[in-house]
Amino acid sequence: MDYITILQILDSTIRLATPLLLTCLAGLFSERAGIVDIGLEGKLLAAAFMSGAIAYVTGSIWLGLLAGIAASLTFSMLHGLASITFKGDQLISGVALNFLAAGLTIVIGQSWFALGGRTPPLSGAGRFGEWNLPFSDAMAKIPVIGPAYDELISGHTALTYVALLAVPLSWWVLYRTRFGLRLRAVGENPSAVDTAGISVVKLRYMALVITGILCGLAGTYLASLAAGFVKDMSAGRGYIALAALIFAKWRPWYALSATLLFGLLEAIGNRYQSIAIGDFVIPVQFMQALPYILTVVILAGFIGKAIPPRAGGTPYVKER
Amino acid sequence: MQAMPKWADAVLIPLFSILLAFFFSGLTILAIGKDPVVAIQTMVQGAFGSTNGLGYTLYYTTNFIFTGLAIAVAYHARLFNIGGEGQVMLGGLGVALVCLAIDWPHWALALPAAMVGGAVFGAAWAFIPAYLQAKRGSHIVITTMMFNFIASALVGYVLLNFLKVPGSMSTESAGFPVGAHLPTFHDMLAPLGIEFNKNSPANISFLIALLAAFAFWVLIWKTRLGFEIRSFGASDTAAKYAGINPVRITIIAMMISGALCGLMAINNVMGEAERLIDNAPEGAGFIGIAVALMGRNHPVGIVLAALLFGFLYQGGAELSFWEAIPRELVVVIQGLVIMFTGALDNMVRAPLEKLFVLMRKKEA
Amino acid sequence: MVSTTHQGRQTSAAPVASEPLAIELRGISKAFGPVQANKDISISVRKGSIHGIIGENGAGKSTLMSILYGFYKADSGTVLIDGQEVQITDSQAAIAAGIGMVFQHFKLVENFSVLENVVLGAEEGGLLKPSLSKARKLLKQLSDEYELSVDPDALIENLSVGHQQRVEILKALYRQADILILDEPTGVLTPAEADHLFRILDGLKEQGKTIILITHKLREIMDVTDSVSVMRRGEMTATVKTADTSPEELAELMVGRKVLLEVDKTPAKPGAHILEVENLTVVDDHGVTRVKGIDLNVRAGEILGIAGVAGNGQTELLEVLGGYQNGTGTIRLNGTELDLTGSKSDGQSRRARGIAHVPEDRHDEGLILEFAAWENIIFGYHHDPEYQKNSWIMDNAKIKKIAHEKMERFDTRPLNELLEAKSFSGGNQQKIVLAREIERNPDLLLIGQPTRGVDIGAIEFIHQQIVALRDQGKAILLVSVELDEVLSLSDRIAVMFDGKIMGERLPSETDERELGMLMAGINNGADGASEDA
Repeated sequence: MDYITILQILDSTIRLATPLLLTCLAGLFSERAGIVDIGLEGKLLAAAFMSGAIAYVTGSIWLGLLAGIAASLTFSMLHGLASITFKGDQLISGVALNFLAAGLTIVIGQSWFALGGRTPPLSGAGRFGEWNLPFSDAMAKIPVIGPAYDELISGHTALTYVALLAVPLSWWVLYRTRFGLRLRAVGENPSAVDTAGISVVKLRYMALVITGILCGLAGTYLASLAAGFVKDMSAGRGYIALAALIFAKWRPWYALSATLLFGLLEAIGNRYQSIAIGDFVIPVQFMQALPYILTVVILAGFIGKAIPPRAGGTPYVKER
Repeated sequence: MQAMPKWADAVLIPLFSILLAFFFSGLTILAIGKDPVVAIQTMVQGAFGSTNGLGYTLYYTTNFIFTGLAIAVAYHARLFNIGGEGQVMLGGLGVALVCLAIDWPHWALALPAAMVGGAVFGAAWAFIPAYLQAKRGSHIVITTMMFNFIASALVGYVLLNFLKVPGSMSTESAGFPVGAHLPTFHDMLAPLGIEFNKNSPANISFLIALLAAFAFWVLIWKTRLGFEIRSFGASDTAAKYAGINPVRITIIAMMISGALCGLMAINNVMGEAERLIDNAPEGAGFIGIAVALMGRNHPVGIVLAALLFGFLYQGGAELSFWEAIPRELVVVIQGLVIMFTGALDNMVRAPLEKLFVLMRKKEA
Repeated sequence: MVSTTHQGRQTSAAPVASEPLAIELRGISKAFGPVQANKDISISVRKGSIHGIIGENGAGKSTLMSILYGFYKADSGTVLIDGQEVQITDSQAAIAAGIGMVFQHFKLVENFSVLENVVLGAEEGGLLKPSLSKARKLLKQLSDEYELSVDPDALIENLSVGHQQRVEILKALYRQADILILDEPTGVLTPAEADHLFRILDGLKEQGKTIILITHKLREIMDVTDSVSVMRRGEMTATVKTADTSPEELAELMVGRKVLLEVDKTPAKPGAHILEVENLTVVDDHGVTRVKGIDLNVRAGEILGIAGVAGNGQTELLEVLGGYQNGTGTIRLNGTELDLTGSKSDGQSRRARGIAHVPEDRHDEGLILEFAAWENIIFGYHHDPEYQKNSWIMDNAKIKKIAHEKMERFDTRPLNELLEAKSFSGGNQQKIVLAREIERNPDLLLIGQPTRGVDIGAIEFIHQQIVALRDQGKAILLVSVELDEVLSLSDRIAVMFDGKIMGERLPSETDERELGMLMAGINNGADGASEDA
């Protein structure tokens, strides 16, 4: 493997990790507030569809982005309605939303564009352009560092940089602001928040708004990257993001490493059908399954225990 | 004092939930510019209008009875098994390995063997998450979800590297020997003089699914094991007080769940495809969730709910064919049913309970 | 039923004009469905005083305080703080009105630091830093002033219960509460911690804070309050100055009749040793040693009562004996040793050996509330051959019949074995559990809090059943936090404190005072812990 190949793999790692990272952070806000969200996949898909559709119709990916966020927010609020307002089962609500997204995107897409659920291809301003950071062309000529700067750091779309910035921002919000303190508290012990005179319901809805926005960004990224929406294009990324969230023990910086790791695994899997180490051949399916296997290992507590927010999954009911 | 009589809880609430789900499904059809009434007519005609359609409906129903029962067994122990999909996949592998192992002389021999193969593989796949939940406290929902993806990769690998016919373009195993072909409704009903479409996939597995539903009922409400499963599900602290071993119950309930999922493969892999294909379950493991929820974890409810979803699946296929409404409409309905019967239960329940309290006050 | 004596004494409730009132409640009523939790309640509490509210479980004390803290809205009535009528619509409004509350179950975020918990909900501005440093300064100041020292950076989960309670008080003080409500604050404290708490409360009172202390312990009321209100079944039966009353009078007001329930029983005729416990130690899931090497024994035909403040190891003692928890040491039943760990130490094995167990927690352990009464009546004994049709199938028809008979013998109402357990009253639920356990004719009955949350009518019946079992020559180990109950039922009393047995007494040779000292960990007598009766 030469240097350029490594750079290319790393570059595609970043590309693949971007939606995972955004989705993982989305889940982080929700779960830190005590709302388990297995509906990330559905939100991702809904956002990808709406952003693809609107970007095509208007010719602007930025309007598409707004539409994607709106779609994802709608789903997020539905999740809130079921799991906060009506104190329903969060897992079941998440499962339901995933089905709704999988079905609605095709049903609406087909009646709208009659392309079997696809949107027409996006081009020009209908996609995000790649941002060439300053001096990337000039620096490209410098050996070793130059190509790394040009390939890896420069030349991604705006959302990749947004995703990377979202990591320190999330950390800052969670650990340095009043909102973050309350958010974390409501995921650990909502009655402490309630008796302190703060509305549990409002806080949890606010967390779900953030979740909705971040999933909207992730979905739009997918639609832009693939130049349009195709059926089931989220392809389980919502679940991988959830796995990454567990892997990251519900922390923003760990989320970055976890999604980069999972992105790297996917990038390697995409590039090589099988990897031979001596006589031993690692099949591509193993690479595909690796994120899930790693998550199970983490969950089982064989490598450091992942302790979820304590109030996760249970609706808050005031005690008598 | 209960706010509502038992029958209202068992019948009225699911009924209202389903009506709500259908109402929103109707809105969806309207929204895409189609006529819901025509859509329903098309679906009923397609699902029940011919023995061919009926055969498909019952074929899907069979799948959903198995997975619905599977999810419900786990749910009685308060375990949410969303790994049905993976367990069905593994069950398919088990059935395929049994069917391809020898040149079976007769289906009556092949079927029990295949049932064992499917059940054992499905149960084994459920065992690991169950063990991790019981012994290491890893959340069963997340692990079973991860196991769906791992199953998909594993079965894909085995299929591609060991079962695929060399030189063939499609990722599927060799066809099963004729002696492993199950009797279809056509084969079974012809001797009775009843004409049933030759090409429809409904087969003897349907009867086995009904038997499984009966066995489920006996297990949950008549046996000691069922008593312990329900006890553990209703209160883990009380179960501990009574000396019911939580590890044992978690593992047994999940393995029964996995076995029922695995059994489904006699219908789709052995009965219909007669070979192992990639992604054979086609989401049946997930539909089991909706079926169990709607059927209130009771076998009668589950069989009825499975029939409803069988109708939706077959009717949905006809819909896409005749009315240019995509099949995915069924997925929307499925999502709505899960949402209303599962997550929004309180939304439906609260006003109904109020109504009953009001009525009782008037009586008093 | 009991004759109501309320409105008998409202005389000294009238406040002296010169002392301003901190809180005044006028005609508060609150119903939950058909249950009237608070009925036309009025209280006045003077500024700078400690006011006690006493009553049995379920008398409506907590509901009243929850109304004052904005958790519930009263159906009618008004609240005045410092003479001004206020609308307490939620906790935020209560905090704004200067009310702080220390709940029985602390409302703390376990993996947050002390500082973060104190600041939560009372932050100043969007950023945490200024609030945290302000809180740090204030904490330092308060800890010097009131013996409230806690490490501001410690995580709550690493603090003792007593320290966690201090954090709750600090939370209220940080919010500048002038009125502090404490709901059963000593239930989880050791006597030393409780004493410390009372010193803190005295200090706060001297600074002009008003304190409301909710408890069901007479001793605390007598020791620390200035005035006291008594509640019974949702009603305020009296408000008196503490100095003008006696524990006996308060007890009578609480229960509505003479409390020292005399149980009709003949002297015990103790037989052979049934249960022998040697050096039993129990470490709970959190690594805390709950039972510290105790020895005790129970003989046939006697009731050994364990007295003690809740949380001193009685629960764990019962749990190990009943197979709910593991332990170390030796336990012998009829001379044969029982397993304390492993698969033969569970409830099933204990029952097989002839130990019946009425657990302290009826709702979470003793019953499955969603199950029908007939299912509950075999719960734990469902392996018994009597209940089986064959090796797999249970004989449900027969079980229902047996359940009906048992419920009839135990006067369970309504007499309907098909009803779910949750639709029975507390007393009738307990009868279902007792019917199940006693009717099995065990050698040893473990019984925890037999009359907790049980209506008065059923208490007598339950006590009679326990004595009747004793008279059949069975051994009974009774655990109760109600001292009266232990005194009137037991043939021998052992007092537990901090996981150890402080001493054993015969009911005829002791009184509440002496037992109370033992419960507080003070042993004046020179008796050994393993005294034989």
